[in-house]
Amino acid sequence: MTERIEQLRAEAQSAILAAAGGEALEELRVRYLGRKAELPQILRGVRELAPAERGAVGKAANEARQELEALIAQRAAQLAEDQLVRSLRDERLDVTLPGAPPQPVGRLHVLTATWRELEDIFVGLGFTVLEGPEVETVHYNFDALNHSPTHPARARTDTFYVAEDVVLRTHTSPMQIRAMEAHPPPLYVVIPGRVYRPDSDATHTPQFHQVEGLAVDTDITLADLKGTLLAFARAVFGEDRDVRLRPHFFPFTEPSVEVDVSCFHCSGNGFLADGARCYLCKGEGWLEVLGAGEVDPNVYAHIPTSERNEPGYDPERVQGFAWGMGIERIAMLKHGIPDLRLYYENDLRFLEQFG
Amino acid sequence: MRVPLGWLREYCDPDLDVRGIEERLTMTGTKVEAIHHYGVREPERFVVGRVLTCERHPDADRLSVCTVDLGCAAPDGPATIVCGAPNVAAGQTVAVACPGAVMPDGTKIKRAKLRGVASAGMILAERELAIGDGREGIIVLDELLRDGQIAGGQLPAPGTPLAQVLPLADEVVELEITPNRPDCLGVYGVARELHAATGAPLTPAPWQQDPGSGGPLRAAPDTGSAAGVPDAGAPSTGAPPAVVQVECPDLCPRFTARVFENVTLGQSPPWLKARLSAAGQRPINNVVDITNYVMLATAQPLHAFDLDRVAGARLTVRRADDGEQVQTLDGQTRTLDEQMVVIEDAEGPTSIAGLMGGARSEVGEGTTRVLLEVATWDGPNIHRTGWALGLRSEASARFEKGLAPAQCDYAQALATRLLIDLCGATVLAGTIDLTSPEADVEQLPSPHVPLREARVHAILGVPVPRARQREILHALDFQTQDSDDGLDVTVPPLRRADITREADLIEEVARIDGLEKLPATLPPRRPAGRLAPTQRLRRRAVDALVGRGLYETVGWTFTAPATLAQLRLAPTDPRRAGAVALENPLSEEHALLRTTLLGSLLDSAAHNAARGQRDLGLFEVGTVFASRPQPRPPDPTSSEPFTRVFGPDRGPLGVAGVHEHRALGVLLSGRVTPATWQAPDPPRADLYAVKGILEALGDALRVPLDYRPAAGSADGDATDRAHEEEHLHPFLHPGRAAAVFAGEQPIGWLGELHPFVAGWELDGAAVAEIDLDRLIAAAEEGVQARRYRDLISFPALRQDIAVILPVEVPAAAAIAVVCDAAGKLLHEARVFDVYSGPQVGEGRRSLALALSYRAPDRTLADTDVAPVRERILTALREQLGGELRG
Repeated sequence: MTERIEQLRAEAQSAILAAAGGEALEELRVRYLGRKAELPQILRGVRELAPAERGAVGKAANEARQELEALIAQRAAQLAEDQLVRSLRDERLDVTLPGAPPQPVGRLHVLTATWRELEDIFVGLGFTVLEGPEVETVHYNFDALNHSPTHPARARTDTFYVAEDVVLRTHTSPMQIRAMEAHPPPLYVVIPGRVYRPDSDATHTPQFHQVEGLAVDTDITLADLKGTLLAFARAVFGEDRDVRLRPHFFPFTEPSVEVDVSCFHCSGNGFLADGARCYLCKGEGWLEVLGAGEVDPNVYAHIPTSERNEPGYDPERVQGFAWGMGIERIAMLKHGIPDLRLYYENDLRFLEQFG
Repeated sequence: MRVPLGWLREYCDPDLDVRGIEERLTMTGTKVEAIHHYGVREPERFVVGRVLTCERHPDADRLSVCTVDLGCAAPDGPATIVCGAPNVAAGQTVAVACPGAVMPDGTKIKRAKLRGVASAGMILAERELAIGDGREGIIVLDELLRDGQIAGGQLPAPGTPLAQVLPLADEVVELEITPNRPDCLGVYGVARELHAATGAPLTPAPWQQDPGSGGPLRAAPDTGSAAGVPDAGAPSTGAPPAVVQVECPDLCPRFTARVFENVTLGQSPPWLKARLSAAGQRPINNVVDITNYVMLATAQPLHAFDLDRVAGARLTVRRADDGEQVQTLDGQTRTLDEQMVVIEDAEGPTSIAGLMGGARSEVGEGTTRVLLEVATWDGPNIHRTGWALGLRSEASARFEKGLAPAQCDYAQALATRLLIDLCGATVLAGTIDLTSPEADVEQLPSPHVPLREARVHAILGVPVPRARQREILHALDFQTQDSDDGLDVTVPPLRRADITREADLIEEVARIDGLEKLPATLPPRRPAGRLAPTQRLRRRAVDALVGRGLYETVGWTFTAPATLAQLRLAPTDPRRAGAVALENPLSEEHALLRTTLLGSLLDSAAHNAARGQRDLGLFEVGTVFASRPQPRPPDPTSSEPFTRVFGPDRGPLGVAGVHEHRALGVLLSGRVTPATWQAPDPPRADLYAVKGILEALGDALRVPLDYRPAAGSADGDATDRAHEEEHLHPFLHPGRAAAVFAGEQPIGWLGELHPFVAGWELDGAAVAEIDLDRLIAAAEEGVQARRYRDLISFPALRQDIAVILPVEVPAAAAIAVVCDAAGKLLHEARVFDVYSGPQVGEGRRSLALALSYRAPDRTLADTDVAPVRERILTALREQLGGELRG
């Protein structure tokens, strides 16, 4: 009897393992484990066997049944999994098609992106950001900034007038005065903003943007200006940059300097590896980036002392530096933008390249 | 300012090449903008030759065939050279370019056959050497020798390098001169800078020897001195030879004049022509050339009158009459105003002071008597006049900087010497000198400025020893005396306008000592830098829009009156009537300051649409302006002190009645998203698209925005013209426009562009504009009030209801009724579906509302909200005629 059980077990086992699908498996289950199948009948007939045989046959039949049941379950799970794997393969997508629905990505204007970059650099250096009015009085735009009453910059060739004593600011510098009027030293501020001058040609637009800086304390030197602008230059144009100060003239700084940054295209050599003259710095090795200087004592003298800025700005007790840089100019240098007019045309093919 | 290096080196010749000089000048404040090469590049192939024979060319009337002795330059014997000049002749000593020579214009001289005759070189004219173009034909060195124009006074031998005889080449540095240094608009001023910057010696000023004299101008004595030097002691005869009167000393601080007789008009010598040409001036004749040369040397412009053509020998300097017309040298008639200055003689104006001479008294053919004017004009007035008349010259560029009156003396002295030397002129004794008291340097005390040694250190951050300070200042022509704590400095005449304070002297010391010596340090005590909360919020707002796929644009602040009309703004609309006008706009297109961003957004959109980019999502942040009699009241919510710096109580807002604020504008046109393979036809931008953008913006800033039908647009008859005119935003579709509120504060509008808005080629647009300052102020308030709420411990209960309402009932009204009726358990109610159609009947629509209930202390059950739901349905029914949709 046990031989028969073993025979059935082996036969069923190989059939189950060979079953190709759920239906075939069910057929095998009925054939070997169904009510009328041989193995269950053997089990049911155990009682009728001789007592000596009973134990061995019962045990063998029972084990064979359990084994086959487990095998069928196992095979069923395997078949189901195979089925799923097949169907997953059928669900394959073309991953190279565009995402949907499309998530359009907008862009900051390159002037805003540059504006923020500059703000962030100077915030990191300890400056606070101020903005000011674009329509200014002649007092703040010129008088308080030590422009003589006949200074040519006041002429209608050089400044837009709204009224006799009211102009569109020609620089962000008037906010130097307003900031000092409102706050006592020490004062560390940067002032980004839009400014206006009546020029319109390939290299001038009647509106443009500047970032002004002002630091006033008891002991701020021209060397501190150099260090501050070196940090700026390296942040914007790369860690290997150097700056040089060239003496210049501005009415509201003394000494006044222009600040050049070593050319990042030719590493300040003026010439490229192939011997060609660097197109960016035109062979000079330096790029003129901004104007700056120590705040002119006459500027402090224009700050009236009030409760707000007590103890006031006595040029014998405070000193500091100021600078003004053009955002357009910096963006042009950094990104190789060839023409100022591109900034204000707002052509999508331009806008999408930055920000 | 173009400075020929050879000329500069005559005064100061450091042991440096042109690059070295460039570096020193640039780093001490006289920036070299460019270096030009002037004349021939390689002078080796240019030699002196002697014409041995000169025959008519057998086949060409105008050509001569010459044999020319070139000395050692042609060791095989005389060269045959074909020459086209009419003045070539045997026996002349001439300038020759040998084969291989490269001319200044780049032409290379080659051996060639000219009409069958081989020619080995070229006999040169001045024009070909870029010296000048006055003289016809070839240069004949014998003639130059005769006129005393060859150094050494000897005819050079054939084969002598031509560079030893004629100025063939020079390098020219082009300098940027800062406006405080008009003294450096002359070569000698630059030489002084070079002297200070390099330590190389400086020659005495070229004007130091003055062959003329001061005192009243006197007519020539009867027995004139042939030497050209006046005999001051000789008696004068009769009336003064010229009289000058200055009626406006405020605009003409100094006027000097000398008179020269026996002037021989002719060509200038090659050295002078070459210097002028290299400096960018065209040689004309010796008298005019001298005035130009002296201007370039001293920075002081001069003007030569033909005294015999000055009517009445009398000049008057006066303000022009308003509307007075003058014909200038260039043949144009120019209309003057009373701020402009003319110089007139007995027959009327001859020139516009400082800007342009008149043809009538110009020096030219037949001139023998010259009146040399050297004057100081009011700088700003010259600037203004030049701009108003569209005139600018080398002279006016100098005058407008404001020259020192002392420079008149320098120019008179140098010009006198040159007129005597080069024109054989005789100078009359005396100088007309009309100096206003303010300008009279002799009368003014020499300015002294103290310079503290410690202060130099404090400002620069590095010490400069006192001895070095002294050395620098002396090199720049200052005088110094030691004082207790530094130097007591006397300022030279040419620097008196520029140097008045210690700070100015510190700059002089710093720039010459070398700014490259400064270390790079950071300020020792720096506070924590930061963006103000408002600035951070503004970035957040902009980032939210970028995140929604919009492109930021930057438009013009300027706008045109026509644009405001195209936007259908009524003439009385504050956005049109209140636009701030520029007094001096660049053009009519730029005549006004914008009152809305809509114009520039439409410009940007139209620019793109015209280039085939019609699906647009744009936004702009910018200032808009309005003249308002009543400025906006101060915003009490702003916590940022700096924004108060220019509050309405101060600055231009109060002064000029100009109000400005930051606005944010949005424009959508075409499809709201790109077409894709899944959605090939996405919806086009409409009111809801732009509203979605504003909702995202409000959400990003946590400012609940409220949208109400724009006044006059929701109800009424759309065809009613009168109604149309009352429309608050006439550029918007009357039925598709909304006013935007933050709380009860109006902060902007949105809608679809009115189809009547013309002038921009767009296929419709949805637009919006928000007062960004107000929005940010509202956001800032919200940020500060923000406290934690527990929305996590207990879940919300959600219910949907659909209610059928008359179609006129705005969704917002239904929501308001729901919220009002629900009480505190209702957390949120929003519309998630709208249906109109046969199932709900004509004139009605169904709104599906998603309701969310929550309690702070427990999980709600349906039984908790059942009575609330009943209240809501009752309120909708009773207040709005709504019924629950089955």
